[in-house]
Amino acid sequence: MLGITKRFSGFTANDNINLIVEKGEIHALLGENGAGKSTLMNILFGLYQPDEGEIRIRGEQVKITDPNMANRLGIGMVHQHFMLVDTFTVTENIILGLEPKSGGKINLQAAERQVQELSDRYGLKVDPRAKIKDISVGMQQRVEILKTLYRGAEILIFDEPTAVLTPQEINELMEIMKALVAEGKSIIFITHKLKEIMAICDRVTIIRRGKQIDTVDVAETNTDDLAAKMVGRHVTFEVDKDEAQPQGPVLEIQDLIVAGNRGIDALRGLNLTVRAGEILGVAGIEGNGQSELIEAITGLRKVKSGTITLNGKPIQNQAPRKITESGVGHIPEDRHKRGLVLDYSIGENMVLQTYYKSPFAKRGVMRFNAVYEYARKLIQQFDVRTPSEFTAARALSGGNQQKGIIAREVDRNPDLLIAAQPTRGLDVGAIEFIHKKLIEQRDAGKAVLLLSLELDEILNVSDRIAVIYEGRIVGIVDPKQTNHDELGLMMAGGAKEGLK
Amino acid sequence: MNNSTASRWTALLVPTLAVVLGLLIGAVIMALMGYDPLVGYTAVLDGVIGNSYFFGETLRAVTPLIFSGLAVAFAFRTGLFNIGVEGQYIVGQLAAAYVGVSFDLPPVLHAAMAVLAAMIAAGLYAGIAGWLKARLGVHEVITTIMLNYIALASANYLIRNFLKGPGERTEDILPTASLASTWLSDMFEGARVNWGLLIALGFSLLIYWLLWKTTTGYELRAVGLNPHASEYAGMSVPRNIVLAMVISGALAGAGGAADTLGVYGYMNISAGFSGIGFDGIAVALIGSNNPFGVILGAILFGGLSFGADNMQRVEGIPTESIKIVISIVIYFVAASAIVHWLLGKFRRRQEVQSS
Repeated sequence: MLGITKRFSGFTANDNINLIVEKGEIHALLGENGAGKSTLMNILFGLYQPDEGEIRIRGEQVKITDPNMANRLGIGMVHQHFMLVDTFTVTENIILGLEPKSGGKINLQAAERQVQELSDRYGLKVDPRAKIKDISVGMQQRVEILKTLYRGAEILIFDEPTAVLTPQEINELMEIMKALVAEGKSIIFITHKLKEIMAICDRVTIIRRGKQIDTVDVAETNTDDLAAKMVGRHVTFEVDKDEAQPQGPVLEIQDLIVAGNRGIDALRGLNLTVRAGEILGVAGIEGNGQSELIEAITGLRKVKSGTITLNGKPIQNQAPRKITESGVGHIPEDRHKRGLVLDYSIGENMVLQTYYKSPFAKRGVMRFNAVYEYARKLIQQFDVRTPSEFTAARALSGGNQQKGIIAREVDRNPDLLIAAQPTRGLDVGAIEFIHKKLIEQRDAGKAVLLLSLELDEILNVSDRIAVIYEGRIVGIVDPKQTNHDELGLMMAGGAKEGLK
Repeated sequence: MNNSTASRWTALLVPTLAVVLGLLIGAVIMALMGYDPLVGYTAVLDGVIGNSYFFGETLRAVTPLIFSGLAVAFAFRTGLFNIGVEGQYIVGQLAAAYVGVSFDLPPVLHAAMAVLAAMIAAGLYAGIAGWLKARLGVHEVITTIMLNYIALASANYLIRNFLKGPGERTEDILPTASLASTWLSDMFEGARVNWGLLIALGFSLLIYWLLWKTTTGYELRAVGLNPHASEYAGMSVPRNIVLAMVISGALAGAGGAADTLGVYGYMNISAGFSGIGFDGIAVALIGSNNPFGVILGAILFGGLSFGADNMQRVEGIPTESIKIVISIVIYFVAASAIVHWLLGKFRRRQEVQSS
């Protein structure tokens, strides 16, 4: 792709970008959310037409008018959000639109054989007869990969493929990507995770605000350098913080038993203490009771037995509003489901828990002037990028939605701030900002409970780490004296007596 | 122009375009049936504004549609689909007739009590569906449809056994409970337009205020848009669902009271539904579920239906052709994507021409 420029009414999404991918290489496309990665890939995939520039494949200039044409040219896309029919089998999904027919009937056996062959060749280990709804997310992604291979793709675009995967699945995906390039395929890997680039990519092209910043060999660079190029300034990964000054306990949980969604106990006698002035990180593999723990503390889920006390007062099984008002702030793990009313303006969302209080309401009548004035203050303080306080929350980027939620929760000045996966899906700049805010809360003498599936986040931000496994805390460790391996072992059930 | 005014304009533009398209396609169909569409539409218009009696009767026909449209629109804004307006309207009629016939109260107060009783009865009746959804998760579309038939059959039973007057109907309500207005009626040469119209307009304002200016409205809309986030924020989702259904039902009940107290003066035993509740769905749709849009939708819907009778009477063109027009309008509003698409094409062409 040479000299690609694409303008949308008044703003340039791609400005003279050159992307040259060689046969048999994994080429990373790195940039923050909204930098123009997706636009560039949509041009390559025929969804947009460039205003300037040309695309050459194997030296030949081509004009890609639609995705079918892209397919014919050997370009395949593995989408971030899978395009699969849940009730169909793997094979049925793969052949969808290109069914091999014999006499008007679909020849499923032949197709299954072909899928099996492809799967074996690249070590995908996919069962061609399994139904999509019965297989894991990681397997579903492999079906997407097979779909592109079945269509004869030579250039595969992976759009943030690791966002939905567990650490083990990420490792397996990387093996698959290596197998693909070994067979002569080329891969464009869209990501903003620097570690993954360092691990498997050959070269990396960095774009920022629509402009190509650089293309470098991965062997000749490092994460700090890449991050600086991506964000446009120096970024620290080592979270800059002083030693914690913990005081008395704020949140105390004793012998907590809580039922999960399927009726089986998700928390089985959990004990945990979070003190004022510290960040306690909870590390664990997804589904070990993290969500239930947060819901129990915040009153969204019934507690079967055990106690939860906030500043010495029991709060278990109280109404969410009562708990909120006793001094709990909560950054929910699913910001679209819990955190925001997406069709409300960002201003209206800023008062989601406080709308009925003065000055936002008087005698049951909303005072929207006060609401929007308050929203303007928070938007400015927390650098929420939005056209105005009247813009629907839905229209904001993920990072800015999250900043809005954090502004709302932090500004209520809670004694306990619960942050569940606060940086999921966000870019480096936003992550840095959010970590800074969490540490500010800690330094202001508040208790912070951080739950995250990202080990690096837990290790960098926490003052103490509690490892959760099958509904219990199986150990508490000091982040300065532990490492990935030890934590990984504990998260998998290999308990250890840590320091208390 | 900022974003919100732009979208407000689009919100008006889509129904307007849908109406224009509906009238155009209706004209083609009339022409295909062998009638002159121009003559047909003139007769419709004549039937609405031809003389002040017709106009008054149109307003009379529009009144219950404003109530039923408001009821549907309000429910929709709070995330509920109230198909039960039909039944709640019947419950309102019955309660109003009962209070109107059986109590002896001074004027104005009697009418007010009858309307209030209708709103409470219909509100509680709709509240059953709300409670079933909030507590047991039964979808309100199912329950409200069922409740329609229960309301119809029960009302007939109660009238026949307890409130029977001359013929297949209740006694006449006492004059103290009447919503008829000689002042309004005289203004329109004896048409049956009544205080109900002004009550309907008042409720439109009230509902707008409730939804967008009060904390209750903030809660109701939040729960409708995202119950999970509302629960997280400490609102009671079940309470708001029940409350929303009760208010929606009360609006439908007020419509029933307005017709019974203002137009007929009694309630009939009825073999089937009046259709006013179902028409309310269409009115709400045309009005973009906005209380003021509902007024416009009701005028359009009521005007076309009422004017169509005149067209059949005078020109012999079947009223069904206007029903087709109404259906096409609803179709285009419901499938507003088509209208948006047409608008988009139009705008692009303008851009090309201007650049």
